[in-house]
Amino acid sequence: MPQEYRLILKHADQTGYTPDIECYLRHGGYEALRKALATTSRELPDGKKQSPQEVIRDEVLKSGLRGRGGAGFSCGLKWSFVDRRSGKPIYLICNADESEPGTFKDRQILHKDPHQLIEGMIISCWANDVKLAYIYVRGEFPQAARIINQALKEARAKGFLGKNILGTGVDLEIHLHRGAGAYICGEETGLIESLEGKRPYPRIKPPYFPAVLGLYMCPTIVNNVETLCAVRHIVSMGAGEYAKLGTVNNTGTRIISLSGDVKRPGYYEVEVGKATLGELIHHENFGQGLRPGRSIRAIIPGGSSSKVLKAGERFKLKRKGADGQMTTVEVDLLDLPYDFDSLQAAGTMSGSGAIIVLDDTRNPVDVLANVSEFYAHESCGQCTPCREGALWMSKALHRLTHGEGRKSDADYLLHIAQNIQGRTICAFGEAAAWPTLSFVKKFKAEFEARGAADEAHPGKPPASH
Amino acid sequence: MSLSIPAPLEAELDELVTRYPQKRSASLMFLHTLQEHFGYVSPEAVEWTAAKLGLAPINVFELVTFYPMFRQEPLGKTHIKVCRTLSCALAGASDLRKHFCEKLGLDAKAHVPQTTPDGNFTVEFVECLAACGSAPVVLVNDTLCEKVDASKADSILAEGKSGGAQLRAAGTLSK
Ligand SMILES: Cc1cc2nc3c(=O)[nH]c(=O)nc-3n(C[C@H](O)[C@H](O)[C@H](O)COP(=O)(O)O)c2cc1C
Ligand code: SF4
Ligand code: FES
Repeated sequence: MPQEYRLILKHADQTGYTPDIECYLRHGGYEALRKALATTSRELPDGKKQSPQEVIRDEVLKSGLRGRGGAGFSCGLKWSFVDRRSGKPIYLICNADESEPGTFKDRQILHKDPHQLIEGMIISCWANDVKLAYIYVRGEFPQAARIINQALKEARAKGFLGKNILGTGVDLEIHLHRGAGAYICGEETGLIESLEGKRPYPRIKPPYFPAVLGLYMCPTIVNNVETLCAVRHIVSMGAGEYAKLGTVNNTGTRIISLSGDVKRPGYYEVEVGKATLGELIHHENFGQGLRPGRSIRAIIPGGSSSKVLKAGERFKLKRKGADGQMTTVEVDLLDLPYDFDSLQAAGTMSGSGAIIVLDDTRNPVDVLANVSEFYAHESCGQCTPCREGALWMSKALHRLTHGEGRKSDADYLLHIAQNIQGRTICAFGEAAAWPTLSFVKKFKAEFEARGAADEAHPGKPPASH
Repeated sequence: MSLSIPAPLEAELDELVTRYPQKRSASLMFLHTLQEHFGYVSPEAVEWTAAKLGLAPINVFELVTFYPMFRQEPLGKTHIKVCRTLSCALAGASDLRKHFCEKLGLDAKAHVPQTTPDGNFTVEFVECLAACGSAPVVLVNDTLCEKVDASKADSILAEGKSGGAQLRAAGTLSK
């Protein structure tokens, strides 16, 4: 039976569990940090020696942990790219911008268990020789900002932060930094610019890979809140045990944000890939299905930037059989295991782990109009294809949803979207194009019908409105 | 008009600067703190911040114009931010904003932030507040209100009219 597996959110919703350090310490808090600091160097079979820091980095790599912020990139690999020879300081930034529409998981950690994040950060900083780190909290999280500031103060008072942490001779400071309502600050290089006190204009890669030229042009690690919490558990339980959670190449747990047309929306921590998309939506332990009489029309599986999946779609997945042979199986959309690789094989992504369910009363034209308005509003404006394209798409969709559409708008939308992706500085371009590309391609008839109806009755809002 | 910064506030701002290897980094936190204190970011606050951080005023002003949370004029005492993004839209965010506007005598069709003439309320649409599981949601000053239906909306308004102690922000957030 698919069920929650609460590792990161183990205590968060328990009655009496409070965000203060005393409560965290009573629940085994900062033990993982002590364990990390007590790590001894080890000799590998090939005779190479690993420093204690390298041992922790190696554990994180071996755990298979993939970033929970959106791209699902190996955390250990990301850390291995950090330029450690430049002689410059190395910075770490926790991305607590949580701004991908549909996502509300980091909020739970920040509000309910801030010390878990701080412990994960201290371990990650120590393992990467970081002396100064920041938590970039989105501006719309004022309560979280208060809680994090308080937690940082408590951690300082207990000697987990500051000079000579826990008598190790290592100094570490973590500060809070607040955003101010711009989605693009979630993109790591935009975030870095914002932390430098500038407009959050993303930087072009290459050459500005944060691992080499990040904050103040120094090597910088940017990780999501949930990723850094996972590091704490990897150290605590060991990479091997952590990797037993979840599925092959999709290890550990993940907090899914479920919203839209389900009976029980909410956040659910599961072993990655152990529950299918259908189970997350329908099972009594999760979404509990749709309201009476309704059926699924479409699912946005990984935050509003991910490509939409249409009810009834089938996908080919590669699976390793009991005999070790790879076979290809065809599965229904609802039978897709909710993990990084399966969603990618289905032509979309699990992104930030945010599932938005759309039932059969929803018209894809209206839904895309809403989504597209977001991207038109949030483009930072540096790249013409993104700035203009996002606006044009939104305008075309506005007309389609206000009785002034044309049948040709469907193709027009596709044309614009195709000319954004791949032609921009940052991945926001794709994020803005993918919803349009997928919605219009998969629901072309609906888009054309809406436009055709408007042409037949110019100026008259369509009946479904 | 010059800006009068009380000593404790200036001390708070000075402390912020020490958090960063480069002073300029403190500019966002400065603007937040000044806005929380004065209610908005005035041209004087921009000049003052620039001087304090060794920047040209434009370097600060361009932040005020880019980041949606900074505002150049005072807004209502109770600031109602209604999330308009998808999950909230599916749960009726559009009607909810209309409800607020109608009850306050504001233009439900105008999409820009609107403030009541008595300066008590501002209503605006904002993007996803990362609480989509309890849609529709509204951020009232610093307080998140979840699953807001018409009756909850009315109590938010009643609370705001009565002085709204519960919905008021408690000081600046940088400390
Ligand atoms: C437009 C855009 C918005 C993003 N927003 C967020 C966000 O709100 N939070 C986040 O953690 N990552 C976000 N990301 C991903 C970050 O750039 C970065 O990959 C991530 O923080 C790395 O952390 P991870 O490796 O732990 O996942 C965004 C990326 C893009 C392109
Ligand atoms: S793709 Fe869009 S958001 Fe990204 S840098 Fe270009 S204009 Fe800005
Ligand atoms: S869509 Fe409203 S909080 Fe996310």
